[in-house]
Amino acid sequence: MTTEKESTAGEGTESLKRQRRPFESTVVVSLFLAGAISIAITIGILWELGSESLLFFLDDAVSFGDFFTTTVWQPQAGSFGIWPLILGTLIIAVIALLVAIPIGLASAIYLAEYASPRVRGIFKPVLEILVGIPTVVFGFFAITFVTPLLRSIFGESVVSFFNVLSAGIVVGLLIVPLISSLAEDAMSAVPDSLRQAAYALGASQLEVSLRVVVPAALSGIAAGIVIAMSRAVGETMVVTLAAGASPRNFALGSDALFADILNPFEAAQTMTGYIAITASGDLSYDTIDYNSIFAIGLTLFVMTLALNSLSRRVVKRFRQEYE
Amino acid sequence: MTLQAPERAPEATFPSYDEYLGQLSKRKRRARLVQMSFLALLTVAVLALVILLYTIIDDSFGNVAVVNQNEPEEVVASLGYDPASVSLDGLSKDELVTALQANINNNVGRRLEREQRFYEDRLVFESQQKWDEICASSDAPSGCSSSARSQGDLLLLVQERIVQPDIIAVNGLTASLLNPAEFEAKVATSFSENPERFGEYTFDQVRFQWRAWFSWSFLTSPASATPELAGIRTAILGSVWLVAITVLFAVPVGLGAAIYLEEFARPTRINDLIQTNISNLAGVPSIIYGMLGLAVFVRAMEPITSGSLFGTDSPNGRTLLAAGLTLGILTLPVVIISSQEAIRAVPNSLRQAGMSLGATKWQTVRSQVLPVAVPGIMTGTILAVARAIGETAPLLLVGAASFITSSPSGPFSQFTALPIQIFQWTSLPQAEWRNLAAAASLALLVLLLTLNAGAVILRNRYARRLS
Repeated sequence: MTTEKESTAGEGTESLKRQRRPFESTVVVSLFLAGAISIAITIGILWELGSESLLFFLDDAVSFGDFFTTTVWQPQAGSFGIWPLILGTLIIAVIALLVAIPIGLASAIYLAEYASPRVRGIFKPVLEILVGIPTVVFGFFAITFVTPLLRSIFGESVVSFFNVLSAGIVVGLLIVPLISSLAEDAMSAVPDSLRQAAYALGASQLEVSLRVVVPAALSGIAAGIVIAMSRAVGETMVVTLAAGASPRNFALGSDALFADILNPFEAAQTMTGYIAITASGDLSYDTIDYNSIFAIGLTLFVMTLALNSLSRRVVKRFRQEYE
Repeated sequence: MTLQAPERAPEATFPSYDEYLGQLSKRKRRARLVQMSFLALLTVAVLALVILLYTIIDDSFGNVAVVNQNEPEEVVASLGYDPASVSLDGLSKDELVTALQANINNNVGRRLEREQRFYEDRLVFESQQKWDEICASSDAPSGCSSSARSQGDLLLLVQERIVQPDIIAVNGLTASLLNPAEFEAKVATSFSENPERFGEYTFDQVRFQWRAWFSWSFLTSPASATPELAGIRTAILGSVWLVAITVLFAVPVGLGAAIYLEEFARPTRINDLIQTNISNLAGVPSIIYGMLGLAVFVRAMEPITSGSLFGTDSPNGRTLLAAGLTLGILTLPVVIISSQEAIRAVPNSLRQAGMSLGATKWQTVRSQVLPVAVPGIMTGTILAVARAIGETAPLLLVGAASFITSSPSGPFSQFTALPIQIFQWTSLPQAEWRNLAAAASLALLVLLLTLNAGAVILRNRYARRLS
């Protein structure tokens, strides 16, 4: 009896095995291909940026050294030094961080430690709405409210219509939710035992937050700030609309160098701004303008990649391991 | 061995009770100060958002000062009706065509007819013989094959060509509601102070009327060179097409990748590489995706994206298909990551139950894991789509048209999209375009709000069902 059952079971399972496997493997292979498309995308990005940049550097009018050492970006005049564009990007990113870090950290600490559920019910949706607003609407806000506000505060002769401060403030507003949520994640990952221990020693709520929780979560907070900076560097629409299209060309060795390049009330074109403006104009393939946007794009890609890897490295290296 | 306590008087280690009380009040005061400053900073963020929304709504409605070349009442009267009882938009199509015939010259009329006919069965400006001739020729104009203009189209035409409204000043919503007289006074003073600014207009010609920049006609009118008549119909249709193509590409591929990574991938080098790669891609600025789209989809794959492989006549690869694919690869990492999280959230017991009953891995995934993960996947997709709708930079690179009035007819059409329209209008200097940009932003925000609310409702409904 038992042998018969066993043999029927054996045949059944064998036919099962033979039936399903090939289909199963096809499914797995196609799913793997779906995953591999992501690698194809990265390869595509690197290949396209790389090859077009190569064409740019091979052109007679451009030299690789000049790209990275000269300080004038004026394609019509044949000057292709990238530093003015990097400068514009960094100025806006720094202003954005100066705006976003206090607000982001303050909101994270306040929402995590102090806020009553009612207050949290108001502020958290606000942060979520800020995330969802498209950047072009932020650009509209920069031009229609922030720039006139700055011009009325500081005077129209001081603040030009396209200025870096307006763009920086709005980009900062844009990245506040990023810093806030990453900081909050970092702070809630700190084990409660540390807080309890501090309370047991008589610390007040503020002292616990600022002296115990924030230092413990510092690696996560720093990583969040670096990611927010990467986002600010890659931002396009706000800077194109509000910061203008004139690169902040400068010459090393001029007298008022720092005053010139750090003036927040003047326009400055960023890397992303240049790419957007050039690409939306008349652009024919294989001209030097076309290739130049890929060279700038490659620099931008490398910068954001470096910042993102840095943030991962910071977390890995400096994270405090508890229990 | 005994531990030696440090040589210190015990009173010196801790403050006295009085000292402690004194310090306590100082610490409390400092704490309240810092707490208030935190609250103030948070309020700044909330205030900024409120001001942003207020600016958009304020610019989307208000009073305007408009000068008509020909008043609508005159047009109505010229057709023999009493302007007090009949308004311009109450006229029938035939009457509007009559008005048009009387007021525009024949060449313009013929050009309009060739663009799009007025009637299916008869011609207004052209002779039948000439019409048949040009329609039979090799480059027949679009009017030969398109449908006839509707009453709404005629109304728009009459307003554009005969009434010719010219808005000379705009006012915000709150100012219009609270103090309308101030606007009229301001315009009157401008007229008296520098009349050259208004050319040949005089103050008596100015009419003050309420204008809802965000209105049904705004949503259904095509783009126009005159701000008074411009609308976002073409932009909305373009965005809808883009979203459709994006979803068709990103969801199957993204879901497939997520299933592979969560269910089938063993921890080999290449699978780790794929995972890290996806996290990296999620952090790449959107403009880089635009450049990839430009180089690959628009240029390298031009035969496919322009449709010339399929026999269409698009001039280049700057089509909806190229832009949709670009947005697709932009949203792909986000879809993968959110789908991974949704699949990961499915309890392991379901998988194990399936496997223990003899199902293969794929059978378990398909019949046990996926149905439970679907709500989470849908929520993630809706949020990714909401993000894709607002993207402007990649579309700029892939060649969204700056001025296009015809609605897209398929994936191989030239296109524009809502955020591109907002960008264009914000960049123009005249005040009226500012109002249009505000109204378009309002439309975009309403759309996004609906999508996000839908995602939240979905998440709540299915979360309840699961638990």
